[in-house]
Amino acid sequence: MRHTRLRAAAAAMVAATALTLAACGGASPGDSTDAGTDGGDDAQNGEGGAASAWILTGGGWPVTAASFERWNGEHDDQPIAVEEFENDAFKEKIRTSVGSGEAPTLIMNWTGGTLADYVANDQVVDIGAETADLTGRVMPSVAQNGVIDGVTYAVPMNDVQPVVLYYNEDLFAQAGIEVPTTWQETLDAVATFKDAGIIPFSLAGQSVWPELMWIQYLTDRIGGPEVFQAVLDGEPDAWSDPAITEALTKIQELVEAGGFGDAFASVAADQSADAALVHTGRAAMLLQGSWVYATFHTDNPEFATSALGFTSFPEIEGGSGDPANIVGNPANFWSVSASASDEEQQTALDYLNEFVYDDEQLTAMLDAGSVPPVAGLEDRIAQSDDAEYLGFAYGLVQDAPHFQLSWDQALPSDQAQELLTNLSQIFLGEITPQQFVDAMNATL
Amino acid sequence: MLHRREAEPAQPRPARQGPPFWLAVPALAFFGLFALLPLGGVAVLSFMEWDGLGTPRWAGAEIWLDTLADPATRAALWRTVVFVVVSFLFQAPVALLLGVFTAGRQRYRAAFAVLYFLPLLFSSAAIGIVFRSLLDPNFGLSRAFSPGTLSTNWLGDPDLALYAVIFVVGWAFVPFHALLYQAGVRQIPASLYEAATLDGAGRWQQFRYVTLPQLRYTIVTSSTLMLVGSLTYFDLVFVLTGGGPGDATRILPLDMYLTGFRSYQMGPASVIAVLLVAIGLALSLFLSRVSGSGRMQSQQAGAA
Repeated sequence: MRHTRLRAAAAAMVAATALTLAACGGASPGDSTDAGTDGGDDAQNGEGGAASAWILTGGGWPVTAASFERWNGEHDDQPIAVEEFENDAFKEKIRTSVGSGEAPTLIMNWTGGTLADYVANDQVVDIGAETADLTGRVMPSVAQNGVIDGVTYAVPMNDVQPVVLYYNEDLFAQAGIEVPTTWQETLDAVATFKDAGIIPFSLAGQSVWPELMWIQYLTDRIGGPEVFQAVLDGEPDAWSDPAITEALTKIQELVEAGGFGDAFASVAADQSADAALVHTGRAAMLLQGSWVYATFHTDNPEFATSALGFTSFPEIEGGSGDPANIVGNPANFWSVSASASDEEQQTALDYLNEFVYDDEQLTAMLDAGSVPPVAGLEDRIAQSDDAEYLGFAYGLVQDAPHFQLSWDQALPSDQAQELLTNLSQIFLGEITPQQFVDAMNATL
Repeated sequence: MLHRREAEPAQPRPARQGPPFWLAVPALAFFGLFALLPLGGVAVLSFMEWDGLGTPRWAGAEIWLDTLADPATRAALWRTVVFVVVSFLFQAPVALLLGVFTAGRQRYRAAFAVLYFLPLLFSSAAIGIVFRSLLDPNFGLSRAFSPGTLSTNWLGDPDLALYAVIFVVGWAFVPFHALLYQAGVRQIPASLYEAATLDGAGRWQQFRYVTLPQLRYTIVTSSTLMLVGSLTYFDLVFVLTGGGPGDATRILPLDMYLTGFRSYQMGPASVIAVLLVAIGLALSLFLSRVSGSGRMQSQQAGAA
């Protein structure tokens, strides 16, 4: 009890700090059903099973919003109040609200370090038994992300998001070269495009996180998934692995060779400027998440249907990692808040079991061009409008021996921030691979 | 202007007049609840280890020592000094000149004044997004005009980004300070200029010996706002660069935010917050001491 009060007080403090920072959002969500609660008391919600959930905007989220609408239409006695947030605003708000025991019933997360924090503080509940049916239908490489120490704390709820290599087929035809499948071919292609005055790889360096995709793929191709697993396990000097140093060296070689142009640090992913460079014919290739496929179709349908190519990340000669491995975000996940009442939890679980990846949601997802991480969808994908791309992405995920969760999600947030800062300095040439390794080892 | 009426010593001082003290109670309560209380909370939190989720753990002075010894914090502090000084050197002269210029009664000056005033009406998030697009070397101004200096990687080059940000922040805040100066200049009695003209003072001499001294307190007010304001400035920088590229624009307020709400290290973030408050208070105390604004009196005695 003492702890709860201390925690609530601390959360209030943070909220006040946030206010002084003018980070003013709307009213505190979830208050519609339980206005006048006094924080952290479990028995606060007398009325039925009215649950709440926060979701994001943009991307494939309208599919999730529609799913909740369907639920609310059919379940008058178990309504779920839904609030939509912009990505960054959500990340800040959810943490404070979970910390103060005011979280929505369904807590969306990307698993990894954040989920581990929630579990360590007993803020989410074990939902393994109740959702066994759902997780049984999901691809194991995706479902396993919600499992910590053998207990299921989170279940996937939307599309699988592997990182793929997009390219402009017209530019490759003009240059008269093939899409690179090895590192040497990549370097050759960079030289060819640079001479032609075209940016070889579009990269949203201002957003920094797209740079992670490069180090993740390179490290995995060179040294396999074990290298980063050692970092996750907190082994001393895990960043000193030669595979990471080699990956960093290759990145700096690529930057120096003009692989990303000379203004990548001004390109922002949140405005889809990186995709725009490719579909306006000013950059040849783009390493990005599967969600960018939809962006291409919205921003430039003509290009997307005629000249958009996609393939997997090149092999690295002599690397010990399996070239079929992929990186990205396995999916977004739902966890159930431990501070919700039993009725609320029951509503949330009923929703998870009956509506997540049900027939209608699968159809809506395939129509929107996103890949559900559900096994046995080959036939339905073959009949969809985007059969070629969806089939490619689906096969990529299904055949991958290892699916690496984005490092910034997998690591605890303080280490993730260090990683992003140091990585952006690697791309800018401000620090050497050795300085990066030393700085990152210091966080372990 | 901050004139105090203390200039009539001949009359016997009456008993304290003015509104009763309790009228200030709502304002004081508000200030206490939303400024002093959180401030105290942050001060306490700066001695604790907390990730925003679990229970805060008392860590004593350890966090302070670690944060102050961290080269990243020191670099951010130095960047803040550069930001504050260069911002001031850029904004103060421009605002002063614009203010003096727009104080003239000519029509065209009034028209200019309206145009200069516009940035003050825009939200800083909008200004940030627009400038980010304009300065984008791939899709920005350089596409509209012939490439050249405009295609410079303003916000993406670690050596340029801080100065590009200072320019944009200046662009947004100069109108406000120009407005202060305009009002200040308009309060200068015309008789002073007439006297100066009779004495044979030219335009420059009038500016130097009449306008500037008369604007003394406006300069103090505007400078204090500028210096303390840019010390804690956050939103436009956050929208423009988010502290990047690398950490080229990670000034202290951003460092505080990113440490607290990205790394979820509330202890070190609170240390930086307390540090900012302390520096800000010291700076404004120092300014008012140096400028003698505590002893401010009218300089127009005999002029009206």
